Amino acid sequence: MSTARSRARAGGAREVPGVAAAAPADRIAAAFARCRDAGEAALVTYVMGGDPDVATSKALALACVEGGADLLELGVPFSDPMADGPTIQHAAERALASGTTPDGVLEVAAAVRARSDVPIALMGYLNPILARGVERFADGCARAGVDAVIIPDLLPEEAGDVAPVLASRGVRTVFLLAPTSDAARVEAAARAATGFLYFVSVTGVTGARKAVAAEIGPTVAEIRSKSPVPVVIGFGVSSPAQARELGALADGVVVGSAIVQRIAEGGTRKARAERVTRFVRSLKRALRR
Amino acid sequence: MTVPVPLPGPRGRFGAYGGRYVPETLVPALEELEAAWRAAREDPAFRAELSDLLTRFAGRETPLGDARRMSADAGGCRVLLKREDLCHTGAHKVNNTLGQVLLARRMGKTRIIAETGAGQHGVATATAAALFGLPCDVFMGALDVERQALNVFRMQLLGARVVPVESGSRTLKDAMNEALRDWVTNVRDTHYIIGSVAGPHPYPALVRDFQSVIGAEARAQCLALTGRLPDAVVACVGGGSNAMGIFSAFLEDPAVKLVAVEAAGHGLATGRHGASLAKGTPGVLHGSRSYVLQDENGQIREAHSISAGLDYPGVGPELAHLKDSGRLTLMQATDVEALESLQYLARMEGIIPALETAHAVAAAREVARALGPDGLVVVNVSGRGDKDVEQVRRALAAQASPPRKAARRSRGRPAPRRKGGAR
Repeated sequence: MSTARSRARAGGAREVPGVAAAAPADRIAAAFARCRDAGEAALVTYVMGGDPDVATSKALALACVEGGADLLELGVPFSDPMADGPTIQHAAERALASGTTPDGVLEVAAAVRARSDVPIALMGYLNPILARGVERFADGCARAGVDAVIIPDLLPEEAGDVAPVLASRGVRTVFLLAPTSDAARVEAAARAATGFLYFVSVTGVTGARKAVAAEIGPTVAEIRSKSPVPVVIGFGVSSPAQARELGALADGVVVGSAIVQRIAEGGTRKARAERVTRFVRSLKRALRR
Repeated sequence: MTVPVPLPGPRGRFGAYGGRYVPETLVPALEELEAAWRAAREDPAFRAELSDLLTRFAGRETPLGDARRMSADAGGCRVLLKREDLCHTGAHKVNNTLGQVLLARRMGKTRIIAETGAGQHGVATATAAALFGLPCDVFMGALDVERQALNVFRMQLLGARVVPVESGSRTLKDAMNEALRDWVTNVRDTHYIIGSVAGPHPYPALVRDFQSVIGAEARAQCLALTGRLPDAVVACVGGGSNAMGIFSAFLEDPAVKLVAVEAAGHGLATGRHGASLAKGTPGVLHGSRSYVLQDENGQIREAHSISAGLDYPGVGPELAHLKDSGRLTLMQATDVEALESLQYLARMEGIIPALETAHAVAAAREVARALGPDGLVVVNVSGRGDKDVEQVRRALAAQASPPRKAARRSRGRPAPRRKGGAR
């Protein structure tokens, strides 16, 4: 537990206003600081909570940690995921079919937290959060050891009813930026940013196509120059080679659909977990310089 | 001609509803659209071009006429029908698609996409795209592709590509998800023509704007014909475009009841319906906050209606706001009542309405009876029933010889249609 934190301190984690003071343990800042000190981009791995069921997804989330993930994203399944391609859509369908609720996903988070100090970010659409009640949801996140929430359909200008409530429980709200975001929107997101910023590397849905480093390089550099928090690249990263290429541009890379695809290939819980660990390990190796 | 109606509050708010809940990628396109629309609605050249298209291409203005036999049957209450079914392409949808194609051209967009339920909005979009030579992809739930085969073929004849959507409930909401996904991917050159007063800001206000021509005409025609305003204006509500179109002219007339008729499907008590205003709770779907049919975990529930156009688990945010402010009178009609009212209007007035419209007709009969001989009711006949005749034929055949199991389940009512069958 304390290793990551003390390492972060030793590495002189960047003082981020409003973030460092918000929670007793800033696992997110610590993880990014540790990677920066090691001269590598952080590896952010995504699995859908409850895919194919809550118990299995606990094992798969831990398999990511085992493989060396620096930050864990846990999807909260939603019936109408408009920012997701078929791979994540089907994962959500599997999770919902097995009866997964937001509480089930929090169970997965708590199981990981019991075994690891890895930062955990939930990624889910706004409506299930509103249906739960933002305060109740925030309490659940805090109890389960969730560090941040990424809400793909919540823009900074619409977050006034959500982000402060999460923040009051020490949970960060992560905002997204896209290739279409102009300078004013980048600045607004940077002002609102807590935890980290998520750069959607392609105009498109998750898993749709590959991001091209040459195209997004200048944009990411621009965002990083304005952001008080680390910037990760996601949505178009599927292979170790690509993770390495894009990792050179940012503080971290997110791999989602490529992991979910490996889970969807089926097999026993153990076989799936081993497959995920192997793949995450290969991604992590590629990010080491 | 477009009558400027009040704009929503900051960030597209109608009271607590509306807003913009979308992926970041879409924001610049929505801002661009909002700017283009705000400029266009003040631009005499734009308004003249749209007005000309509505007159010479879409066939406006549409008549407001007496439903004499229906009036007599209802006990003498005067019933006036606003004949949007006479619009080119067979429904009010074309008012909006012509306006939005003009906006797309103004913004330099070279490709059009749309979602459709019953296919009327898809046909109207394909029509407008053909008129301006723009390629057009229409997303349609696979279930709706089956039950609205005629409209699928019409869209294809008009040069559009119809993309069946296999995800989720395979109906309108899933078509809208898929259209949004396409838009996120192709946002730089593509304009998404949303067909209802739903979706992220500015769509609810923008579509209402383009449909407000219905209300503006109906109000003036009613005054000219009768010398007074109606006691009630009746319209069916799926997403709410025809309802907001006609209601918009009467919002400031508190004596005019605005009757919003939702699909009760198999009955409100069965949970198999499309009555988002009556039975939904506030939530966020397809980019705006409004009443939504959802479970306790915030998962969107499947709606149900015999009419594909009302088979939607959400509703426009302005209607949600009007409901909360007490301005709406909510009514519902079941699948069975809609089928019955479709036949009623056909036999009594020589008009075969769309199944969506038939819901409004069912409610209007009740409203007229309640008002009595001094009453005056305007009904928005939002579309014609040509697209539905095959489905209605099958549904009536099923009613005539109900399968035994279904008959038992229906508790004495005529047999409900089965999923994927006569819907």
